[in-house]
Amino acid sequence: MKIGTPKEVFEGENRVAMTPDSAKQLMKLGYECAVEAGAGANAGFTDAAYEAAGVEVLKTPAALWKASDIIAKVRQPDAAELKRLTKDKTLISFFNPAGNDDGMSAAKAKKANVIAMEMVPRISRAQKMDALSSMANIAGYRAVIEAGNNFGRFFTGQITAAGKVPPAKVLVVGAGVAGLAAIGTSTSLGAITLAFDVRPEVAEQVESMGAEFVYLDFEEEQADGAATGGYAAVSSPEFREAQLAKFRELAPEVDIVITTALIPNREAPELWTEDMVAAMKPGSVIVDLAAEKGGNCKLTVMDEKIVTENGVTIIGYTDFPSRMASQASTLYATNIRHMMTDLTPEKDGQINHDMEDDVIRGATVTFEGDITFPPPPPKVAAIAAKPKEVVPELTREEQLAAEAAAFKAQTKQQVMLLGGGGALILLLGLVAPASFMQHFIVFVLACFVGFQVIWGVAHSLHTPLMAVTNAISSIIILGALMQVGSGSWLVIVLAGLSIFMAGINIFGGFLVTRRMLAMFQKS
Amino acid sequence: MEFGFTTAAYVVAAVLFILSLGGLNNQESAKRAVWYGITGMGLAVFATLIGPGSGLWLLSLLLIAGGGMIGYQLASKVEMTQMPELVAGMHALVGLAAVFVGFNAHLELGNVAAMDDAAKKALDGFAALLAKKNAVEVGILRVELALGVWIGAVTFTGSVIAYGKLSGKVSSNAEKLPGGHLLNAGAATISVLCLIWYLNGGAFLPLLILTLAALFIGYHLIMGIGGADMPVVVSMLNSYSGWAAAAIGFSLGNDLLIVVGALVGSSGAILSYIMCKAMNRSFVSVILGGFGGASGPAMEVEGEQIAIEADGVAAALDDADSVVIIPGYGMAVAQAQQNVAELTRRLRAKGKTVRFAIHPVAGRLPGHMNVLLAEAKVPYDIVLEMDEINDDFPETDVAIVIGSNDIVNPAAQEDPNSPIAGMPVLECWKAKQVFVSKRGQGTGYSGIENPLFFKENTRMFYGDAKASLDKLLGMID
Repeated sequence: MKIGTPKEVFEGENRVAMTPDSAKQLMKLGYECAVEAGAGANAGFTDAAYEAAGVEVLKTPAALWKASDIIAKVRQPDAAELKRLTKDKTLISFFNPAGNDDGMSAAKAKKANVIAMEMVPRISRAQKMDALSSMANIAGYRAVIEAGNNFGRFFTGQITAAGKVPPAKVLVVGAGVAGLAAIGTSTSLGAITLAFDVRPEVAEQVESMGAEFVYLDFEEEQADGAATGGYAAVSSPEFREAQLAKFRELAPEVDIVITTALIPNREAPELWTEDMVAAMKPGSVIVDLAAEKGGNCKLTVMDEKIVTENGVTIIGYTDFPSRMASQASTLYATNIRHMMTDLTPEKDGQINHDMEDDVIRGATVTFEGDITFPPPPPKVAAIAAKPKEVVPELTREEQLAAEAAAFKAQTKQQVMLLGGGGALILLLGLVAPASFMQHFIVFVLACFVGFQVIWGVAHSLHTPLMAVTNAISSIIILGALMQVGSGSWLVIVLAGLSIFMAGINIFGGFLVTRRMLAMFQKS
Repeated sequence: MEFGFTTAAYVVAAVLFILSLGGLNNQESAKRAVWYGITGMGLAVFATLIGPGSGLWLLSLLLIAGGGMIGYQLASKVEMTQMPELVAGMHALVGLAAVFVGFNAHLELGNVAAMDDAAKKALDGFAALLAKKNAVEVGILRVELALGVWIGAVTFTGSVIAYGKLSGKVSSNAEKLPGGHLLNAGAATISVLCLIWYLNGGAFLPLLILTLAALFIGYHLIMGIGGADMPVVVSMLNSYSGWAAAAIGFSLGNDLLIVVGALVGSSGAILSYIMCKAMNRSFVSVILGGFGGASGPAMEVEGEQIAIEADGVAAALDDADSVVIIPGYGMAVAQAQQNVAELTRRLRAKGKTVRFAIHPVAGRLPGHMNVLLAEAKVPYDIVLEMDEINDDFPETDVAIVIGSNDIVNPAAQEDPNSPIAGMPVLECWKAKQVFVSKRGQGTGYSGIENPLFFKENTRMFYGDAKASLDKLLGMID
């Protein structure tokens, strides 16, 4: 079958759903690949590069849609593109099924199968095709870069001959994929980074990225993100108040605010109110990644950059991934490629649209003339870290008490062992003759020496230890040597055999130990 | 020669043996220590040969020389990966020798008892010692020699089976005859009964039955223990061979045998203890075979195993600054230690930190991995123990797991219901990226699913370890 990628028709969209690299991988799955002429031009992939990778370059969109069995693209298709769908064609793209009833009906009428990339369930297995995450990652990075572009100062604090520069303070609201990417970028540029999220379980992730988590003074069992598939849920009014109060407190200090708070299928919550904007220092920057859904700040204008009266820049771009088209295309094409891998279990270039598969079922919005959206909830729930049980720090006194108790218990155990062992030996001494006890003393002392000596042996020398103990346990040869002088022929034969075997052991054991030890070398 | 001289030689030999074991506390002093052991052994044999009671000098020397030739051949030819078999095989020899020496003591006892007083006076050496014993002492002697024979016989068959399992001649699965441990208990009971009979009757028959019962126990006990528990088994047999020597030493009244037997016995016991601790299992449960029952359903493993090709691994290694390699039995099986060493050399030449993390029970013999890596000329100061390196994994860029499974299983820490819960493991999943070189999908020896393979930062590098590393080496120059 043939996979084709047309040039994106949406104004300003620079991404492309297939790169020369991803095409090579797709061909390994048995597919043929085609692109429309100029499809990758804005993302930095020339037609020549595609041709070099063995991809067919078709002149017109019509030819491409006609020739391809599977169409992979980025943006939600427009009406003209949907008309080109026919039965047996599969479209893989962002589709916005929740707000695109017309599109779904059109696809249904054409009996085409549509896989919506934003519907890939959020489970570990599907992460490799989670385009929302890969795009959010780029958006988070780019948000910091755009903010830096509009921010008149350094991120990192410096003390130079020309004076002291304070570090910038960045607040990231919402620690999803985009938020975490923004945190990582911001900390690596040297800014002091604060982060907030309604899901307390992400605090650990935030701190692992080097930012400081903003905790609220708020006593309420907070919603567990795991129940909502790892996304944030709507919070209670009281919680919201506490949150806004905290932001109000922070507003005069922070230089850059990056808001990424989105709740699935809802308008973005207002988190950065007008009075907070008014309280910010002139020259500060707000990047609102939720602009497409109305914005976390009500002053945000979608797709535009505005400057408020008090000199705060508010950026409301929605096309961050497209602004990094080359990187975004590479990641998106890889997501598509992984989706195709799952759709082609046999690697025979034939699509196997398995509606039993959780991931494929979840992402499919129309299938063989039916609308299959919304999908049933996935069988596997997303996993969030369980809240850790905090072990209370022991105070100094408690620690001392515990140590004393342990010491007492150890003493008690030792005394009991010694007492028991001593009593046993005394009992033995009552019945056993003196000649036995003489040897017994030697035996017990040798055991003690053995235990003391062996504990000191290095772990890495355990094999040589075994070989050498093996060699010296052939000391049994002494017994045989003493017996071989006997008058009885049977004794001589048995003793002779023992000497022979012990001889093998002595030489073999010592020699192999030497061989091994000689191999241990210092670097 | 005088008896006093022999005893003095024994004292010197005993001190040399202790120094020889003590010297193994580090790699450099160990090279010297082995010579102490050799000198001690030479001195002991020499002193016994010229001491009272020995005869047939020439025969003894010839036999030692003959045995020595074979031992020399064996030791020079053996591959380092075959070390476990060699050690197990040599235990069998000690066990059998102990049985023979025990039998001899019994025969001599019979001979001496049959003599009249005049003949007894003319005896020297071991027989003279026997002649002087009174009834109680003879009773104790019989217990001692029966014990020596019994332990020797268990060691013999046990080691033969262990040898078979380690060299692949016997299936390494845990197999038991119908009846299981009841059979062992039965054989043990028979042994005790025979001991009592032997003490009262004193004939050869009960000693023979006792020996047969012990041979059976050795066979059946080790058959019931699976391949990955072999480190414990081999060190246990090592311990037994020591105890057998000590018991024989008691019956012969030879202090050097007692001292050396006790040294070897305690050494093996400590090794077994260390191995058991590293598996978080009690000695009894290892010996009786099988894992402890799970206390509830195991945690479900979520995710999928993602495969990777050599070029992906090479790229990741190229970017990494610190690499930790975790070898296991799989590396020994695939004979991949030379390739691992070559990989290490190339990575180190590029200025990367490469270290090895060795779990105490990795391989089939305590310290097995250290010896294999040493053979491949990996410097020993970059080969670290579990406790030394476990805290460093979060700062490690790439962890490579080669042929190990249970010792890197996070279920031991995360899933309280797992059969291996609480076992100390190498926390390699905390590294930024983990590559697992493995033959194919499937569980390890314990049959427990390994969640490590399903972690997001884990990539499975399928294939024979040696072939995979060969491919990888081609991409790293």
